[in-house]
Amino acid sequence: MTTHPARPEERPAAVSGQPRPRRRLNTPVLLAYVVLTVGIVVTLFPFAWMLLTSLKSFQELFNLAFLPAVPTLDNYRQVLLETRFLQWFANSLLVAGVTTASVLFFDSLVGYTLAKFDFPGKNLIFILILSTLMIPTEMLVIPWFVGVSDLQLTRSTPGAYFAIMFPGLISAFGVFLMRQFFETLPDDLLEAARIDGMSEFGIFWRIALPLVRPALASLAIFTFLGNWNAFLWPLIVIQKPEFRTLPVGTALFNGEAGTQWGLIMAASSLAVIPVLIVFAIFQKQIIDGIVLTGMKG
Amino acid sequence: MTRTAPTSPPRPRRGGSMRRHQARTAYTFLLVPLIFFLIVRFLPTLSALRLSVFDWNILKEQQPFVGLENYERLFADEKFGQSLRNTALYAVIGVPAQIALGLVVALMLNRIQALRGLFRALYFAPYVTPIVAAAWVWQWLFSPQFGPINTFLIWLNIPPQNFLTSPSQALATTAALVVWQNLGFQIVLFLAGLAAIPRSYYEAAEIDGANGTQAFWKITLPLLNPTIVFSVVTGTISYLQLFTQVVNLNFTDQGGPLGSTMTVALYIYQIAFGRYQMGYASAITVVLFVIILAITLIQLRFLTRRYDL
Repeated sequence: MTTHPARPEERPAAVSGQPRPRRRLNTPVLLAYVVLTVGIVVTLFPFAWMLLTSLKSFQELFNLAFLPAVPTLDNYRQVLLETRFLQWFANSLLVAGVTTASVLFFDSLVGYTLAKFDFPGKNLIFILILSTLMIPTEMLVIPWFVGVSDLQLTRSTPGAYFAIMFPGLISAFGVFLMRQFFETLPDDLLEAARIDGMSEFGIFWRIALPLVRPALASLAIFTFLGNWNAFLWPLIVIQKPEFRTLPVGTALFNGEAGTQWGLIMAASSLAVIPVLIVFAIFQKQIIDGIVLTGMKG
Repeated sequence: MTRTAPTSPPRPRRGGSMRRHQARTAYTFLLVPLIFFLIVRFLPTLSALRLSVFDWNILKEQQPFVGLENYERLFADEKFGQSLRNTALYAVIGVPAQIALGLVVALMLNRIQALRGLFRALYFAPYVTPIVAAAWVWQWLFSPQFGPINTFLIWLNIPPQNFLTSPSQALATTAALVVWQNLGFQIVLFLAGLAAIPRSYYEAAEIDGANGTQAFWKITLPLLNPTIVFSVVTGTISYLQLFTQVVNLNFTDQGGPLGSTMTVALYIYQIAFGRYQMGYASAITVVLFVIILAITLIQLRFLTRRYDL
């Protein structure tokens, strides 16, 4: 790996402080703004529709005005008080939170080991881990289901949550991402800590890990998002309504509440909120994390 | 990639024990993760292979060995054929569409300075929307009776369309949803790729009298090759496993009008968890695995060679 990941300061936006021939609002730049604005309107239309519909009363639902004539929070009241929405929300937070913590710890530990240690079998282990990305989830889901059924995991509280979470506790993609990042850390730094008599785990935990915070931030958001949205495995493994996660609960909502578009839109809007908050707070780190790691092989 | 080069004098002397110490530490760190990959990824893969040669039905007492019978059954299964064709179609529509749109938006974002962060964040928003929620909004938007898209078409003097309820339009509409959701991530990938291209290349090209179009074809595109390969390979793998969007756009009849949006993943789900025919479903997953493996290897071979600088 010889190419250095681009650092934020090197991105074109910052470089343009140097005199460049065209900086005025010329035709190409103007065109870019027009294209981008049209794209944004199209991209955000479904969002706006979802939010505005969630504020419409039942009577207003099918008249196609964009704005609700008399905005009401009744759909939200019903979703929160008359369905299991809050429980599913809490289940999702627990499942996605624990999985993310586990992935951050194990993936950085494996990535660090593969990047910074020299040992027989290193490349083989890396290739084996990466190759699991090609195994379709559908192929694994059937044996997982058979195993979980044999162990009768899904009846009790800790067992059911563990059954939902276990496939995601370590991710091969995260190992790849973290290894890329740890490779850019200078060896001298780790060597210095070694000479000071720090334990190997201490070097990883107290020296290496804090230096890769942007990568951790982007891995964290993608892992959280993936598990917050996870559908296929939770749908299969969850037996009782009280263990449902948000996607499974809302998908099966249709049957339980009838097709009540207002409720569905309110539930969807509420499900977007935590993810959007996390994204708004960490936006810069997330995108810089991806830009920094470069996603290059 | 450089191995720990002999840089400092003390190292060669205690090289042997150092290396053994390093290896021991490395294996200790890797122990739990390797057990995880073994139990949660590799053994289930083998287990699926084994299940595929049994008539393994969770509801039956006997699980007899049937050899390759499940695989023979696949050839005669028209619904499997349809799901396979649909899945290929999703990948053929979706992957180029999201790469082309992602590249256009990323290039435009690179041109502007004001509002750049805001635009970037807004384009990323669909990617952070729960898939189930997005599928429902899409269902509403494209509804033939009360959908705003048809209202807009009527306003343009175009006859209203059936979209998700039409066997010929449902797949393309579903693919559009997936492209819409993936676009934000694709844009960020291209922005990362573009940021890695040194400005000096463009300056040199400008001095040589190259115009913007020439610079795009001769510098931008070839140097974006690693990003494009990454997007094509991971994008294809994800389209070949399309499930959540398809299910949630048609939860009642599962697979769209006349099975027109049915994917291999959804078919596997129906066979395994609707009819509990785990053996037959496993045979389909093995075929899907072989297809993914073959396509990935072919793509890596052909795409990485073209512009090797």
